[in-house]
Amino acid sequence: MRRHLCERSIEASLFLAALASVAITLGIVGVLTYESWGFFQHVPLSEFLTDSQWTPLFSEAHYGILPLVSGTLVTTVVALLVAVPLGTVTAIYVSEYASLSIRETVKPILELLSAVPTVVFGYFALLFVTPLLQRMWPDLPGFNMLSAGLVIGVMIIPYVSSVSEDAMRAVPMLIREGSYAMGASRFQTALRVVVPSALSGIAAAYVLAISRAIGETMVVAIAAGMQPTLTLNPLEPAATLTAYIVQVSLGDLPHGSLGYQTIFAAGLVLLIITLIFNIAGHFLRKRFHHAF
Amino acid sequence: MPTNLSSPLKADVKHLSFFYGTVQALKDITLPIAGNHVTALIGPSGCGKTTYLRCFNRMHDLYPGNRYEGQIVLYPEGINIIDPSVDPLAVRMRIGMVFQKPNPFPKSIYENVAYGLRIRGATQRNQLDEKVEQALRGAALWNEVKDRLHHLAFHLSGGQQQRLCIARALATDPEFLLFDEPCSALDPTATSRVEELLAELKQRVTILIVTHNMQQAARVSDFTAFMYQGQLVEFDTTKTIFTNPANQLTEDYVTGRFG
Ligand SMILES: Nc1ncnc2c1ncn2[C@@H]1O[C@H](COP(=O)(O)OP(=O)(O)O)[C@@H](O)[C@H]1O
Ligand SMILES: [Mg+2]
Repeated sequence: MRRHLCERSIEASLFLAALASVAITLGIVGVLTYESWGFFQHVPLSEFLTDSQWTPLFSEAHYGILPLVSGTLVTTVVALLVAVPLGTVTAIYVSEYASLSIRETVKPILELLSAVPTVVFGYFALLFVTPLLQRMWPDLPGFNMLSAGLVIGVMIIPYVSSVSEDAMRAVPMLIREGSYAMGASRFQTALRVVVPSALSGIAAAYVLAISRAIGETMVVAIAAGMQPTLTLNPLEPAATLTAYIVQVSLGDLPHGSLGYQTIFAAGLVLLIITLIFNIAGHFLRKRFHHAF
Repeated sequence: MPTNLSSPLKADVKHLSFFYGTVQALKDITLPIAGNHVTALIGPSGCGKTTYLRCFNRMHDLYPGNRYEGQIVLYPEGINIIDPSVDPLAVRMRIGMVFQKPNPFPKSIYENVAYGLRIRGATQRNQLDEKVEQALRGAALWNEVKDRLHHLAFHLSGGQQQRLCIARALATDPEFLLFDEPCSALDPTATSRVEELLAELKQRVTILIVTHNMQQAARVSDFTAFMYQGQLVEFDTTKTIFTNPANQLTEDYVTGRFG
């Protein structure tokens, strides 16, 4: 009887813990939606989605979200162009080629990369990468999306490589042996059999990397400038959704003002974009999932 | 030893020993393999049958610390295929393998069969189509899958998957095929289909098959080797091994007294 009671109380506390995280998530979405609703009482959705300027704090205010969305997308794409190839190749190397001792060396180094505070990466982009790029393009502004994107890309390599590598290592040896037995080389086996077998895990890695890149704040706030600009040119300065949020949050806007509410509107858009990629990732994973 | 193998040798195994690191799994095995015949390997679990089979396509090279000693001479060239100077890829191009558990790739039925051809650089569609059909017919699978060649191989039943793996091995016209208990995961119907296949295949290829099923060995093979604790105990025609073995241990095993 006492044992039974004990079991029940453990079950109840586990349930409450699970409930708490769901409740907190719902709470965040609720606050975002509520404050955004207040925002959209003053700014029509059509202006929000089509206006090409985002200047909510100017006397002549514009509330077009597109400049922030374009900044987010450009830095994310640049970051992925770095992280996806390098991360995937690293994963293939570590999973399929590296000896045990090399693997034991490479993995902690990669993990270290994700342990570096993002503010350090931000200054690295601003003070090292940008000057380097300026030698190639002397006209490159001191703040630009290219160097921010490149550095975010390096920063998220471990996300791509470690999750992809786990997925590749989970591919049964029997499948690889089937390929080797046909006379395939290690490279052919890795590319034609291991990667397709691990595709659902690799897709998960990419989605994680995309979410990280979209949500990255510090690097873009420091290195990309904070001027919202509607452009797809990575050589220009711009602001992202996250950079805007941190910029405005640092000022002292009166609670409940329209400027204050813009934070939540931008946050909601950020949430929706991230959600879209995660849902897409979920379907990709299901599409490519193989049970061995 | 059968005094007359009645056909040219496909391979001659001479004093083969094999080591997993420091553990010796095969001890000085000498065994001729007759061309275009089926040779069965029998013996209790753990006696080294799989280890022996995997020497023929250098599968052991995939893992560090493994070591071969002795020779496996492959004819007609008479090269020792376990010599370190011989490229294992070149060996595997000629000697196919079917595993104990079906191991199709996460690809369509068609691409599974075409895999070896693509590895060898084939790209011409009509040539691939023809080879794939031939191999699937050879593995008695064509009629069951011809309308869904582009479906994922995982949707096939276990028996069909195993025949797909046979088709995959056949597609590249190997001279020599290794089967490691190919029916252990199959139901009786699927098993008899595979056995019928073996009888057909030996017209064209040399077959070495591991089986723990004595009836199967008796049904499908021409020669049988009995192994015990990493050693070859007796090798003879299948008929002799099952009716009049020379060694007491062999007799005890084939009559089911141990194993
Ligand atoms: N990878 C390995 N490392 C070390 N020992 C192994 C390995 N694989 C098999 N062995 C050992 O080698 C012996 C022969 O195994 P195996 O060839 O699989 O036997 P069988 O196929 O006849 O059941 C067994 O004692 C087994 O424990
Ligand atoms: Mg075995």
